[in-house]
Amino acid sequence: MRILVIFLLALGVASTAQAVDLEGEQQTRYHALTAELRCVICQNRNIAESDAPLAKDMRELVARQIANGRSDREIQQYLVDRYGEWVLYDPPLDRGTLILWAGPFVLLAAGLLIVAVIMRKRAHTPPRALDRDRLASVLDEDERAGRDDDEDSSREHS
Amino acid sequence: MRWRLVVPVVVVLMLVVLLGYGLTRRPDILPSAFIDKPAPEFDLPTLASDRERIETSDLKGGITLVNVWASWCVACRSEHALITQISRRTGVPVIGLNYKDTEKAALRWLGRYGNPFAVVAFDPDGAVGLDWGVAAVPETFVVDEQGIIRYKVVGAITPEEMNKNLVPRIKALKQSAS
Repeated sequence: MRILVIFLLALGVASTAQAVDLEGEQQTRYHALTAELRCVICQNRNIAESDAPLAKDMRELVARQIANGRSDREIQQYLVDRYGEWVLYDPPLDRGTLILWAGPFVLLAAGLLIVAVIMRKRAHTPPRALDRDRLASVLDEDERAGRDDDEDSSREHS
Repeated sequence: MRWRLVVPVVVVLMLVVLLGYGLTRRPDILPSAFIDKPAPEFDLPTLASDRERIETSDLKGGITLVNVWASWCVACRSEHALITQISRRTGVPVIGLNYKDTEKAALRWLGRYGNPFAVVAFDPDGAVGLDWGVAAVPETFVVDEQGIIRYKVVGAITPEEMNKNLVPRIKALKQSAS
């Protein structure tokens, strides 16, 4: 397991090698940006991890634009203009992604509501075991119907 | 309490519909971000043409079909005959964008299979392709007379795609332009 992790880390480092030299803070931004941009031809990998030629081009493009002094937002917008919002792993909140953002909270609220309703119901109904009137009436009914199970009656009378 | 039975059945049915819808979608085909937007600027040398260069302004003045292809692209061969056919049926010139290819291989490909393009723009490092949002070749753009991208086909053009979408759309554009 540990060997696998080391191998994957090494692979990640190897594939993020870039053509344009970046230093310090720019390097940090490069790694952060490429980690949250999606490779558009490989299913669900970011461009930092992917070996696809297009991912390599996109990494170089990000590096070049950082070197040219563009902001993270500008670079993201540049790629969104070309490949659509799908390139962003962190989708912006709009009408199309509203379910994505609000969904978990709606489900959580619904779950809490159901739990609250059930709890409330339980609090209002007294435990059946102590309902002596009902117990008596049930026993009466049993007797009137002539049911006389030995085991049951012995337990009830003891 | 009948609803205790009905609710799980309804939930399962909803899930089935949702998953079924998910299966019919093609997640590898992205909705194009370029529809109804101006074609990105480019200025490239040409292949197999008298002209030296081709640039964005050359796309204006008439409807054009821009086909992104490469000699190493297997699917490009399968749509090759259809490209010629579309051009003949609609009278619209096809501009090739040769993507990440070598001049030698591209010319050999054109020599072997025939040249369906009016002009071929040569983009060996794929920079213009990247700017056009090309994810994988082949891709085909319909650009109107004002240089605005109106339609895009991702992947090889099939006869069905040609008859149902490409040709009718190009004809409709021509009509609205004239």
